Amino acid sequence: MDPRIEPAAASDDGWTVAGRRFRSRLIVGTGKYKDFEQTAAAIEASGAEIVTVAVRRVNLADPGAPMLQDYVDPKRVMYLPNTAGCHTAQEAVRTLRLAREAGGWNLVKLEVLGPPPTLYPDMAATVEAAAALIQDGFEVMVYCADDPVAAKRLEAMGCVAIMPLGAPIGSGLGIQNPAMLSMLIEQTEVPLLVDAGVGTASDAAIAMELGCDAVLLNSAIALAKDPIRMARAMRLAVEAGREAFLAGRMARRMGADPSSPLTGLIRR
Amino acid sequence: MMETMLSLTVNGEARTLAGPTSVAALLAGLGFDARKVAVERNEAIVPRSAYGQTWLAPGDALEIVHFIGGG
Repeated sequence: MDPRIEPAAASDDGWTVAGRRFRSRLIVGTGKYKDFEQTAAAIEASGAEIVTVAVRRVNLADPGAPMLQDYVDPKRVMYLPNTAGCHTAQEAVRTLRLAREAGGWNLVKLEVLGPPPTLYPDMAATVEAAAALIQDGFEVMVYCADDPVAAKRLEAMGCVAIMPLGAPIGSGLGIQNPAMLSMLIEQTEVPLLVDAGVGTASDAAIAMELGCDAVLLNSAIALAKDPIRMARAMRLAVEAGREAFLAGRMARRMGADPSSPLTGLIRR
Repeated sequence: MMETMLSLTVNGEARTLAGPTSVAALLAGLGFDARKVAVERNEAIVPRSAYGQTWLAPGDALEIVHFIGGG
């Protein structure tokens, strides 16, 4: 068959994590928004089917305060509870057991962070927490350093997705480590997501062009001047990046190669 | 007859309740929708199905949590 007439629609049909199938390759966070209305509108515009959420104490002084669930229906988008703020395996396990009881899900995002200003993944503590969570029946999507040895260990332990950073959380510095990410993508058999560092749409596209299965981001949308518009931009960028990856980019060449034929030029 | 008083902590705050009180009654008394929160008692999960039959004891440490925005 002539490849030029192959239908483009045959391209992307989504990805699978822990046996669950998703069409959208964009996972968005629900933090840092102005209010719940904006959170909900941005999620809608992003097309995300999974959103990350945190688990915190209720405010005893204000039981009637609106809750995230009142605006973002967990039946429509899947809540992926995270362990943000946990510094030990024990805290992570306690937090996610509560999340499981609150929501009934086993699929969770593990992150154990070192101190500011980098909030870099603490891989020793992350491995320990992953072991405890897997033991407890959780399916663990794990935020990690772009460290191929640690990533392989986490995958071998049974983590269901490996999620290295492209740059520090909330930095918006973009994909600082394309070479390491490419090597991680190459060696990883479970889904590989870039989970931090995206600042604008082109960063998400770059991550997808490298061959990531999906991108997880929060601040890039929530802190944009127009979060709803940026959410749409991210949706398009993730789709464009995936399509470009599937299309296969042209080879780079040192020097120009004219696009128009040099023959048949008119002459005086 | 003296009513039993229960001293315990909820989310780190000292509280005194008229006993006996179940987790379901505590949540209702505080004004929370049991379907939107999760409860831990002395670092053990209280299953939602057991709220009505889980009776609080003096000195209990309770955590009541919910989902909030996060990344």
